[in-house]
Formats: sequence, structure tokens, C-alpha cells
Amino acid sequence: MRIPFPLARLTALAPIFLALGACKMEVLKPSGYIAERQKDLLLASTGLMMLIIIPVMVLIVWFSWRYRASNRQATYAPDWDHSTKFELVIWAAPLLIIICLGALTWVGTHLLDPFRPLDRLSASEPAPDQKPLQVEVVALDWKWLFIYPEQGVATVNDLAVPVNREIEFTLTSSTVMNAFYIPAMAGMIYAMPAMETKLHGVFNETGDYQGLASHYSGHGFSGMRFKTHALDEAAFDAWLDETRAAGGTLDRAKYLELEKPSENVKPMSFAQVDPELFDRAVNMCVEQGKMCMAEMAALDKQGGTGLAGTMNTGALTRDASIRRGSGIAVLGSAPFQVNSFCTPEDSEKMFAEMRSTQPVTRNDPAPMRGLALPRPDNRLGIIDMPRIIQDARRDNAVEPKL
Amino acid sequence: MSTVTEIKTASEYWETEPHHHPEGASTSIGFWVYLMSDCLMFAVLFATFGVLRGNLAAGPGPKDLFDLSLVAVNTTMLLLSSITYGFAMLRMGAGDKSGTLRWLAITLFFGLCFLGIELYEFHHMIAEGAGPWRSAFLSSFFALVGTHGLHVTFGSIWLVTLMVQVSKFGLTSANQRRLTCLSLFWHFLDLIWIGVFTVVYLLGVI
Amino acid sequence: MAIPTNVETTFLLGRLNWDAIPKEPIVMATFAVVAIGGIALVAALTKFKLWGYLWNEWFTSVDHKKIGIMYMILGMIMFVRGFADAVMMRIQQVWAFNGSEGYLNSHHYDQIFTAHGVIMIFFVAMPFVTGLMNYIVPLQIGARDVSFPFLNNFSFWMTVGGAVIVMASLFVGEFAQTGWLAFPPLSGIQASPWVGVDYYIWGLQVAGVGTTLSGINLMVTILKMRAPGMTMMRMPVFTWTSFCTNILIVATFPVLTMTLILLTLDRYIGTNFFTAENGGSPMMYINLIWIWGHPEVYILVLPLFGVYSEVTATFSGKRLFGYTSMVYATVCITILSYLVWLHHFFTMGAGASVNSFFGITTMIISIPTGAKIFNWLFTMYRGRVRFELPMMWTVAFMLTFVIGGMTGVLLAVPPADFVLHNSLFLIAHFHNVIIGGVVFGVFAAINYWWPKAFGFKLNRFWGKVSFWCWVIGFWVAFTPLYVLGLMGVTRRVRVFDDPSLQIWFIIAGIGAFLIACGIGSMFLQFGISIWKRNDPAYRDVTGDPWNGRTLEWSTSSPPPSYNFAFTPVVHGLDAWTDMKAAGAQRPRAPYIPIHMPRYTGSGVILAGLSTILGMAMIWYIWWLAAVSFAGLVGFAIYHTFNYNRDFYVPVNEVESVENARDRALAQGA
Repeated sequence: MRIPFPLARLTALAPIFLALGACKMEVLKPSGYIAERQKDLLLASTGLMMLIIIPVMVLIVWFSWRYRASNRQATYAPDWDHSTKFELVIWAAPLLIIICLGALTWVGTHLLDPFRPLDRLSASEPAPDQKPLQVEVVALDWKWLFIYPEQGVATVNDLAVPVNREIEFTLTSSTVMNAFYIPAMAGMIYAMPAMETKLHGVFNETGDYQGLASHYSGHGFSGMRFKTHALDEAAFDAWLDETRAAGGTLDRAKYLELEKPSENVKPMSFAQVDPELFDRAVNMCVEQGKMCMAEMAALDKQGGTGLAGTMNTGALTRDASIRRGSGIAVLGSAPFQVNSFCTPEDSEKMFAEMRSTQPVTRNDPAPMRGLALPRPDNRLGIIDMPRIIQDARRDNAVEPKL
Repeated sequence: MSTVTEIKTASEYWETEPHHHPEGASTSIGFWVYLMSDCLMFAVLFATFGVLRGNLAAGPGPKDLFDLSLVAVNTTMLLLSSITYGFAMLRMGAGDKSGTLRWLAITLFFGLCFLGIELYEFHHMIAEGAGPWRSAFLSSFFALVGTHGLHVTFGSIWLVTLMVQVSKFGLTSANQRRLTCLSLFWHFLDLIWIGVFTVVYLLGVI
Repeated sequence: MAIPTNVETTFLLGRLNWDAIPKEPIVMATFAVVAIGGIALVAALTKFKLWGYLWNEWFTSVDHKKIGIMYMILGMIMFVRGFADAVMMRIQQVWAFNGSEGYLNSHHYDQIFTAHGVIMIFFVAMPFVTGLMNYIVPLQIGARDVSFPFLNNFSFWMTVGGAVIVMASLFVGEFAQTGWLAFPPLSGIQASPWVGVDYYIWGLQVAGVGTTLSGINLMVTILKMRAPGMTMMRMPVFTWTSFCTNILIVATFPVLTMTLILLTLDRYIGTNFFTAENGGSPMMYINLIWIWGHPEVYILVLPLFGVYSEVTATFSGKRLFGYTSMVYATVCITILSYLVWLHHFFTMGAGASVNSFFGITTMIISIPTGAKIFNWLFTMYRGRVRFELPMMWTVAFMLTFVIGGMTGVLLAVPPADFVLHNSLFLIAHFHNVIIGGVVFGVFAAINYWWPKAFGFKLNRFWGKVSFWCWVIGFWVAFTPLYVLGLMGVTRRVRVFDDPSLQIWFIIAGIGAFLIACGIGSMFLQFGISIWKRNDPAYRDVTGDPWNGRTLEWSTSSPPPSYNFAFTPVVHGLDAWTDMKAAGAQRPRAPYIPIHMPRYTGSGVILAGLSTILGMAMIWYIWWLAAVSFAGLVGFAIYHTFNYNRDFYVPVNEVESVENARDRALAQGA
């Protein structure tokens, strides 16, 4: 039997469509509330813009056809070049859409700011008064280190989290910039050396999801991927037990070894972690004797250490060549590090203080207008216009006339 | 096409009379635009300095390093050179070739003094261990002040070139134009230096 | 803190040695092809004794038209290189599935995507845009050349110098493996110790000097050299957009230059601007580079907005709708382009208020841009639209660009950006606007002004083949990337482990193949047209083959070296349409001698020395750096001793050129 030609072509394409159907649009079908809301915003903005994009595209095609040179029926007005009405529309229509989109953006950006603790775990469930699960993330060359400070365990390239529980990621990087991204859970955030960023997210469905580095960071970048296991409470506890049973200790020496570049690293786990490790990683002072960024900042605030500060440097204990090659600024000084003034006790105290001063804030979980947007801090309310006007009048009255 | 209107319209639509575009009429505006783009380079350096000035990396800060009296002398040198350049321009206006050259030489002298003092300052700091690599503050300091110094160096080379050209070819219109451009450049550097002096030295030490 | 000695260098060659020559088969094969091609070219030029002609008539030329054409040729050559990179990436991403590493290792692949971005922006789009502005602007404003003709030649050769440096990295050493903006600390000396980033820096610096100077030049040209009667609000739209572009160039390229200088200092003398330690701030680099980088995209696209305006008005046989609002829209875009840079890194975590501010300013740019689209639309309205090739590209642009604009606004919504940033969606978006906006515009411009530049039209059949291959190929290549972005696939990935993604990369690869066919057809179109240039179907003797509206069509094709025997006088917008409507005939004798700038080889020499300086710095060959730098300064001074820079075209020469035109016109009529 002869199949009509277009149909034949379609059947030939069938496997392709099957393959296309099998893919997971993780951004459009996420499994976490934050990603869900981000997707909603994406779709809403698309919809808003379609209001103008579609008419424009239709007009382009229609005008092209209607006013083609061979169509002598169409009106031809070679000198017509202005119409206030049209001009008004072409500026006002996009403007109106942008006003709507701008409002949406302002609210959405505040609500979905990665630094902001969650207000809800899902559309129906407000966030309970429970501390989020803490996960500290270090982007290493080229693998991800996850530290669970409360559980005291750590993993590499493997992340397990409970579902329906808020997770607070605190991120940094050991050498270069990177970005941490679990598309099914929430948007990405940069992980930067000597900086700390935050990301709040939650999973609403159990499952295994892809996690990745989304900011190019060097040769091993492609292999810097990890699986995220969203587990129910029991499974998460079981996973913790397993991890603890597997043994292994991640102390500073081990970290320095782990930090050396390696590609396509298989998942690992550690039953014990140095509690200071993440803070030291952020502060770039995992090595013995090197000054932590926090100490440096405190000294800088006092105006530095004077000319003595020129003596306080030493050769790198962690040679750069171990990390990425033998890069040396050829016309300048040899690489050096600033040595710490702190005794181990001092730095212990410093890290303890840093941890204790970490703010624990929680937004008002009750739904508000603008969907839980915190009231704008009364900054506008502070300005008391009537009083200002009154004062001005009084001043004018008092001022002697010249 | 009709040829009837030819003569009438041709004169309306084309300039048929010869008229001379003065050579280099656009040079001064072009040089202004260049200076503005150069100004942006300094803007970046100032911004960088503003961001990094507090990042001492637990090293020496401005109070430990800057010697205001030295910088004051240095500033005087540069300001004087600007004044003397002004005198040179006045002589140029008067068509006095040797007067122009004399004042240019004095300008050059002050410019070189400025550079000498700056080099001495840099050398002193590096010898103390406060080189540009020691901290971000020092990096941005050396970059900002050094870039200004490089500009003065090039200005000086240009000045010498112009002195040779003026002495050889006289105060021709081309040379006058060049002297005007260099004058703009020189005063511009003066202006930048006032910014440097205020932002880097005064605000650093006070 | 002593001077480090463990970098292996020799006095004579710095760190250049035999190991620096890559021996990968792909590179060797490329080198062989380039070498054979180069030798063949040199041999041919020598055989046909063309060196003298090239040097005297082209390389040393200060004629803005010749420089414009040379820019376009440079853009074309580099376009082939940049596209080859794109194809290699496409093949790798189709290949590297199911445990396969593909055919490119990371060292090679990472260079390719970096080079692709750098070349396409700096050495393809920029030369195209600069070339068009160079060729068209003086003609449109009724000028005989630009304000600073020598500087123009020098700028061009600096751009070539930058391109030479970047191309050299293919065969000697390596190119940067950092992405096209070379963010530190990755581009710092520790993470990128070898020559790659140095090639990047010096290539861009040498070319950047040229770009800045050419920006100053064209800006002053537009301000000072307009024909009598041409007020600012009578300038053709292309001239307006060029003017805004050049303002942007002058006001942003210094930022790039200084940022790269600071990066250079970090790499060469160990300063701490952008290091993560000792007080440096990598985030500052990212801010600075995007303060340049965002206006840069408008530098690229604005002139093409001008092209579309000219093309739409011409081929609709109608005055441009809303000239004034078009001008104000351009100025708005120019100003707003400075207020949006942070949208390139919402995910750095600047905080909600900062992010939403920059998100909203970004959206605001879409208002004037939207107004422009409407203006073109209403120019077609009640017109008689002739679908010649330039107009086809314009309509394709409008349809493509609105989609790209829409996805751009999506990315400007910070929460949406958090899921789409650095994804293939982003890649699809900016190719959508850059190919749809800039590349289509360049092709429209080439088809539109080719007859002006060479005196014959381009072949329509192969132009159409090229058009359809390009447009369809574009959508086939980039729609899958939009989809992949929505699947959470990010950019610059070399190897994949999810097999379900492969099909999309295969489709994208097919798209790239179609685009390759489009490029092939385009070269065929050029070739056939050149071959048949004397055929009456191609030859244009009128100088005005499209019934144009602006002054460039009032002179002959190609225009004489002095452009206009008599300077035109402008009475309104669309000056040439006015002249035609008034039936104004070009005046004949008495001709007057025409004051013109003299050709000079100084630009080539200065740019050559700069290129050598760049290469010496890249390879740490200090003696050569010192010598070439001294040579540069010395030669520049020497050049200033040449006061004899202009001459008069004698009357009899003007007369013979103009009479030849009369004969041609009579013949054609």
C-alpha cells in the first residue's frame, strides 16, 4: 500500500518523537517548590510578552504579504511617515507590558531570592518552625564537597537530602568561580573563593535528580556532576547511618589532598568532618599558619599592621603548582601567603563566634499581600512628609527677610 | 529626466563654488573625545582604587606609606608645569618661537622633576616591601599613580618631539595645532593628578 | 620576594620552544591547509605581480571605502574560522555520549569555545560593523573621507594585528580556556599559567586600540563633516545609529582596555586586583567587564538597526515611519545600555533589590527596541514592498529578533534567570539576537550596498539559497538549544551522560550543517556575481540600482576616490529622493581641484610593530618586546615629522572621471 508522502515522512520521524518525548524538562517540570515558582514566573512572563509578540509577528507577515510590490490593490502612501496615534501605541503598548512585568519581577525577585529562607515548603504547606537542614558546599577542582555540619558527615559528588524539609546551602569555592545548580530543586547560585553565598530550596518529591556545575571552571568542568537523592525521612536516616558506618575522616590534611585537581570523581563519603573545615575553606586558611580572611579583614579595618605587615609573609605552604600548574607572575614577586597572627586558640574562638553570629531569620509564614513579601522595612514610612512641610514653613517664617 | 531645471537646481543641491576646509579642523574636537576616553580609563582606576583601598591584606596602609610633604612638592611641580605650559601657549599666540621653546623647556623640566620624585616614591615603597603585589590596596595605588606617571612620561616624549619640530619648522599651523593638543593633554593630566592627590593621598592619610 | 626564576625561559625565545607547537592531528591538518593555502596565495600574488598593487592601492590606502571593504574581508575570513569552531563544537556535542569522550579533549574543546566567542564578537561582528560604518557613513553625509584618514588606516591594521595574534594561537601555543570574557581567578596566572590568556589579552588589546580610535574617528566625522544643510535631525538613520554606536565605543572600550590591563598586571607582576587572596576581588572584574560588555552588544546591533531602517524605507518605496521616534529610541538604547550590566550575573547573589533594579532596567530597553520594530512595520504599511534580498533578510530579522528579544526579557526576570542562566537557553537567546540581529543585518547590508561598492549586483538565486539555508538552519540549530536549556543543560559542557539529550544535539548539528550550506551558497553568490560582473543583468551604471533615498546613491558605483565632485547640499531627510523628485541634475564643469589625504604605509608599520610587541609579551621574549616598543615609539615620532599628508586631485582628473560616468550613464539609459 502506498502511504501518502507526508505521512510516510512522519512515520519515519516517529522514533525521533519518541526520543524527544522521553526527555525530562526539569526546568518546566521541577520537583521542588522554589523551582516550581521560578517556572511559574517564567511562564507568566512568557504569556505577558506573547500579548505583544504574537500580534507583531502576525503583522510582519501580514504587511509583508499585503503590501508586496506586485499587489497593486493595496494603498500606497509613499510620503506617509507619521501618525501620532500609532506612535502613541507603539511606545505605550510595550511600556504597559513592561510595567506589568516589572511589578511581577520586583515581587518575584524578592520572594525567590536564594538568600531568603523559605516561607512555604509547597503551595499548600507553610514552612514549619524547624531549622532548615544545613548543607555546606565547597566547589573544588573539579568535584563538589558537601558537608553536613549538624550530622558531622561529608560527601563528595553525592548529595542526599530529605524531602519536604527546607535545605539551606552555604556555598564557597576553593579556587575559581563556579555555580551550583540542581534544576529540579531551585535556581543556581555562584560559589566563589573567599566568598559565601546561600541557597534555600526544598524537594517535594522523592527521586534522583541531576546536580551540576553550571559555571565553566576549567578542564574538569564537564565531569563536575553529582546525583541528588531526595529521600523520605526514614531513608535519609538510613543513608546517614550508612554514611557513618562507611567510615573515613575529612580533616584539614585530607581536604588539602582532596582539593588537588581531579576529574570525574566517583562519589565518596566521610563519617567525620572537622567542624571548622568549611569556615576555613571560606576563609582560605585550611593550610597551617595562613591568615584567615576574617582575621585579615579585622586587621584591615584597624588600618593594617603598619610597615611590620611587609615582613609578615612567607612562601606558600600550599604551592600553587600542586593545584593548577606552575603559574608565576614572571615580572613580579614570587607567590606568597600572609601568615596568621592568631594562635590556634584564637582562631578557634573566632570561628565559634562566626558561627554563633550567623543570623537565624524566618519570614512571617502567614500569607501576606504580594505573597509573603516582607513589608518594605518602613523606609518610606520613616519620612514624615507633613512634619517636613511644617518644619519648612516654620523655617521660612522665622528666616529674616532680606 | 528633465533638463530644464538643471542649472537652477544644481546650484541648490550641490556646492559648486570651491571652498577650503581648513586642514585639521576636526583635530581639536577629536582630541577632546580622545581625552574623554582616556578619562574613562582613569575612571576605572579610580573606581578600582575606591573598591580596593581598604583591602590591605594585613599589610601597611596609606598612613604608613605616604609622605604628604613629598607629595605636596610633587604636586607643586606638576601644577607649575601646567602654568609654564600656559606661558608657552601665550608665547605661541604671540608668534614668539624662541619664547615658546623656552617655556616648553621649563615645562619639561618640571615634568621630569615630577617623574623623578614619583619614581623615588615608588622605589622607596618597593624597597620597604610594599610593592604592588603586597595587597590589593597597593596594587590599585601603583596602577592609578603609575598610569598617571606613564601619561606624563609620554607627554614629556611628545613635548621633546614638538620642541624639535617647532625649532626646525617654526610655529606653523600644524605645529600650533599640535602644541594645542599637547596643552590639552598636559592640563588634563594636571586635573587627573588633583583627583589622585585628593582621593589617594589626602583621603588616605587624613 | 625575589624575582622568580623557575619559569623556563630562554633569552632568545622566552618561553617559546618546540613543545609549544601543538602536535594534535586536527591542529596539524589545519596548519597544513592554512600553510598550503597561504603559500599558494603568496605565490599567486607574486606571480601576477600583485604585491605592489595591493600595497599601493589597498594596504596603504586612507580611502574610507577601501578600508571599509578591507574590514569586510577581514570579517569574512574570521567568520570562516569562527564558524569552523562552531562546527567542531557541534560535532563534539553530538559525539560525546554513552561513555564516549568525543574527539576533542578538554584542553582543545575549551580553547575552541573560547576562541569561537572571542572571534565572532571581536573579529567578525566588530569588523563587519566597523567596515559598514566606514564605507557608508561618509557617503551618506556627503563627505569625501573621514575626519582622520590616516588614523582610519591605522585602526584597521590594529584590528588585523589583533586577529593575527588570535590566529597565531592556533598554531603556536594555545588559546585561552576561560570562556570569552576570561573571568578571573580562572584567567589568573595560577589557574591559567601558560600563554592562552596572554594571547587573549594581547589580541584584544591590539584590536581594542584600533576600535577605540576608529570610534573617535567616526564620531568626529559625523559631528564635523556633514554636508551643508544636513542637521542632526536630517541625518539618515544609519548615520544616527552609527553615531550612537561610536559614542558607545568611545565610552566603553577604554573600560575594557583598562580592565584587561589590570588583568595583565595580575598575570605579569603579581598584583592583586582580581585574585581571591590578599584583598583582590574577582567580582570587580566581572562588573567591569560587563560594564563594557553590555554596551558592546548594542555597539554590534545598533548599526544594523540603521541598516534595517534604510533597507525597509528603500524597498517599501516610502519614507521611514516615525524618523524622530526612531532617533530617540536609538538614543534611549544608547543611554540605557549602561544601566543593565548586572543582568549578566544575577546568580552572583547581589541581593533582591539590586537584581530587580537591573532586571527592570533591562526590560525597559525592550520598549525603545519594540518601538523600532513597530516603526519598520509601519514603514512597510502602505508601501510597495519589493522583496529583494536585503528586504528578505530584514523581514527574517524582524521575525527572528522578536523571539530573541522575548527570550532576552525572560532572562531579565531574575528568578527565571536563576534557572536559565549559563544554560543552553541563554546560548540560544544570544545567538538568536546576534545572528538574527547582527548577522542577518550584515547580509542585508552586503546585498544592499554591494552594487554601490563594486558597480554590480549580487546573484539573486544563490542569494536566496543562502538566505533560506541560513534562516531555516538557524532555527534548526538553535531551537534544540532552547529546549535543552529548559531541560537544565548548561553551556560549555564537553561530555554528557544522559543519552536522551543526544537527539537534540543531532538536530542542532543538522542546523549547523544547513548554515554551512548557507555560507557556501553565499560565497558561491559572491563568486558567480564577480565572474559575471559585466553581464548587463548584474552591471549597474546608474549608481542607484534600488531607487535609494540617501546620498550614497547619488554618486557613481563604485564612487570615485573623492566620493562627490561637488559637495551635495541637503534640504531634508532622504536627500537623494528630494534631488530625484526635483529632477536635479548633477552639475558638470567647471570642476575644482579636490583636497584629499595622501596614502601612507605608516599604519601598517605601526600596527605590525604592535603585533610583534604583543607576541613578544605573550612569549616573554623581553628583548623583542623592548625593541618593538622602542620601534613603535620611534616610528610614531618619525611619522609626525611628515607634514606632507595631503594633495589636490587635479581638475583634469576629476573631469575625466566624471565624463566617464556621463558616458556610462548614457550607455545605460
